[in-house]
Amino acid sequence: MNDEAKKQLANIDSREEPLKPKDRIAIPTQEMPTQDPIERGKDFTEVATGYTAEQAQLESIRCLQCKTAPCIAGCPVGINIPGFLKAASEGNFEKSVQIIKESSLLPAICGRVCPQETQCQEPCTVGKALKDVEQAVSIGRVERYVADLERDNGIVTPAVKSKTGKKVAVIGSGPAGLVVAADVRREGHDVTILEAFHKPGGVMVYGIPEFRLPKAIVQTEIDTLIAMGVELKTDFVVGRTRKLKDLIEKDGYDAVFVATGAGLPRFMNIEGENLVGVFSANEYLTRANLMKAYDRENADTPIIQSRKVAVLGGGNVAMDSARTALRLGAEEVHIVYRRTEKEMPARVEEVHHAQEEGIVFHLLENAKSILGDDQGLVTGMECLRYELGAPDESGRRRPVVIEGSEFIMDVDTVIVAIGNDSNPLIKQTTPEIECNKWGNIIVDDTGKTSMDCVYAGGDIVLGAATVILAMGEGRRAAASINALLA
Amino acid sequence: MNRIIETTQLSDDVFKLIVDAPLIAEERKPGQFIILQIHDDGERIPLTIADGNSKKGTITLIFQAVGRSTHMLANFKVGDEIAHLLGPLGTPTHIEKFGHVVCVGGGIGVAPMHPIAQGMKVAGNKVTIIMGARNKELMVLEDEMRTIADDLIICTDDGSHGRKCLVTEPLKELCENDPKPDLAVAIGPPIMMKFCAETTRPYEVHTLVSLNTIMIDGTGMCGGCRVSVGGKTKFVCVDGPEFDGHKVDFDNMMLRLGAYKKREADDHHKCHIELGIDWTADKG
Repeated sequence: MNDEAKKQLANIDSREEPLKPKDRIAIPTQEMPTQDPIERGKDFTEVATGYTAEQAQLESIRCLQCKTAPCIAGCPVGINIPGFLKAASEGNFEKSVQIIKESSLLPAICGRVCPQETQCQEPCTVGKALKDVEQAVSIGRVERYVADLERDNGIVTPAVKSKTGKKVAVIGSGPAGLVVAADVRREGHDVTILEAFHKPGGVMVYGIPEFRLPKAIVQTEIDTLIAMGVELKTDFVVGRTRKLKDLIEKDGYDAVFVATGAGLPRFMNIEGENLVGVFSANEYLTRANLMKAYDRENADTPIIQSRKVAVLGGGNVAMDSARTALRLGAEEVHIVYRRTEKEMPARVEEVHHAQEEGIVFHLLENAKSILGDDQGLVTGMECLRYELGAPDESGRRRPVVIEGSEFIMDVDTVIVAIGNDSNPLIKQTTPEIECNKWGNIIVDDTGKTSMDCVYAGGDIVLGAATVILAMGEGRRAAASINALLA
Repeated sequence: MNRIIETTQLSDDVFKLIVDAPLIAEERKPGQFIILQIHDDGERIPLTIADGNSKKGTITLIFQAVGRSTHMLANFKVGDEIAHLLGPLGTPTHIEKFGHVVCVGGGIGVAPMHPIAQGMKVAGNKVTIIMGARNKELMVLEDEMRTIADDLIICTDDGSHGRKCLVTEPLKELCENDPKPDLAVAIGPPIMMKFCAETTRPYEVHTLVSLNTIMIDGTGMCGGCRVSVGGKTKFVCVDGPEFDGHKVDFDNMMLRLGAYKKREADDHHKCHIELGIDWTADKG
């Protein structure tokens, strides 16, 4: 792949006239180099190995530099995408990453986990011209390349203004929390991150597996914050170790940012769901990722040895669970989703990777009940077939059950990956904070909650969403906190 | 952080630790628990808080050495630090003046019962405490419980101390009294709690049980601790750990507790089947 990219770059360099849009469109999309699908299914190393410099440059040259920049409108945090691609197309990767960082603090992470095909790449003119969103400029892959290069060269710790004497507590160390910590700390305020788990990173370390987002990348972001003087307290669960109100009234924090995430797994409420061998995706992934259960010899935390696994759901978490189960040695892994592939909320790339690795997709099917033996162990799953009916309120065609279509699937493990509700701890222990009927904290357009000096963002506000949206929320709240403390 | 101040071996495999944990000591209430890890990648172990001293900033943990991690914890010395200690977790016990409260503690379940009995006594209740163990050697916190109880009933399986019976026997007698108790609280191995709930059910004595299930985060995130209560799925970590014993599906809970038993088997004691008490359940 790289030799071809080198050749094309040399051709472009030797041209007398500048490239016309049609020349740019004619450059083929640079495919992401990935590990062999069969080999990679045996371990947890990262699947996509990343562009080479030449590929990143060539892919950036495909950008038409549209005046209207529809890509920017597609980005939840409004990154200057033509700007960073222009710098990359000139081989100036350092400038490129700095342009991204004006708007996004976590490019190495977003380059990997953003659903680009429904955000920046969806309206891309190149993709439109080629009538294929998969042939749009691969904005995310270039973003990842320039961010990885910066990390390899050693990230320069951002400057911090002189001490203001103000204190801010950030509850949770997922994407929203990390962004607020950085933005608020830069203004010279003291920042303490309070994390309930023993390790920081939130969903990026307990949820998203190593093969999709290496933990070292998240750790680099944390290390940068620590180098900026942010204090990190792990094993600290606000609401229990300390009431939210007490952080302000007793501990003297001038502002608090709540970013506790959407961490309460939903279940199907079907018979057999509490059998041994039925897991929430959160539990399965946390055992495997955070608690390192994949290292069966050395890990203290066990994980079940599965033979045949069914994963219920069609989102990224379902793909992550299925691919994790495969890597933990399951003989067969099935994704069971009641709509079609078109309606799947997962990133296209994750679905492709899962299919390549041999995950079996059962579309228009869903679990009716889970069957077990007298030891309470899962022995199978009763399923129903569906067909698509009229569109529902989400605009997707509603799956309608086909009566009498029951059949049994032979599985010994079921992973439920149908989403999360908001974590109830803050709400339960903070009567002062207003939440909606789903338990999400209500904020105004500055990110402020019903409590003075208390802001919130990320999934605890949005419901289960994405890293980039959480980050966008965080930036907005950080600006408000900085204004409050100015 | 989390330095061990005092260690005591209470019986063959039951240990008491006093740990420096000022924040937890200040906030903790009866019925709550902590999660600890003995090293950075260690298993997350939920243990109920047996006692605490907010002035000294310490909490007391009593646990049984069952699996690999609890055996290692048993070897900790004064001055050692527990790598991670999270809490207090769970919804505190609802304590008020009910009238006559019967507290039933089985085996190591007496430890989490201690602060609850204490709270009930302070709230003005008449507190009857029933303590059960396999034998005299395995009886923990007897002196502490004696200072709280209006009546203390000791039962052992082998008759080596107190009455030779299961805890359900005196519980039944109390339920037959007029007036019957206003509330029963039972904490111990799941099978004991199940039979305590069955004992009080015909007398309609409201019975609280405190569940200690498999957990990872302890904050609502994993759902590994889920139990069926009154036909609805509840999370022990955030909805509990205390539930109405008459509504808990103990059979399902016991099956779920056994999920990783094979792995633990080497370190486990044999089941105490003939006496109906499952000592292998890790009821820290």
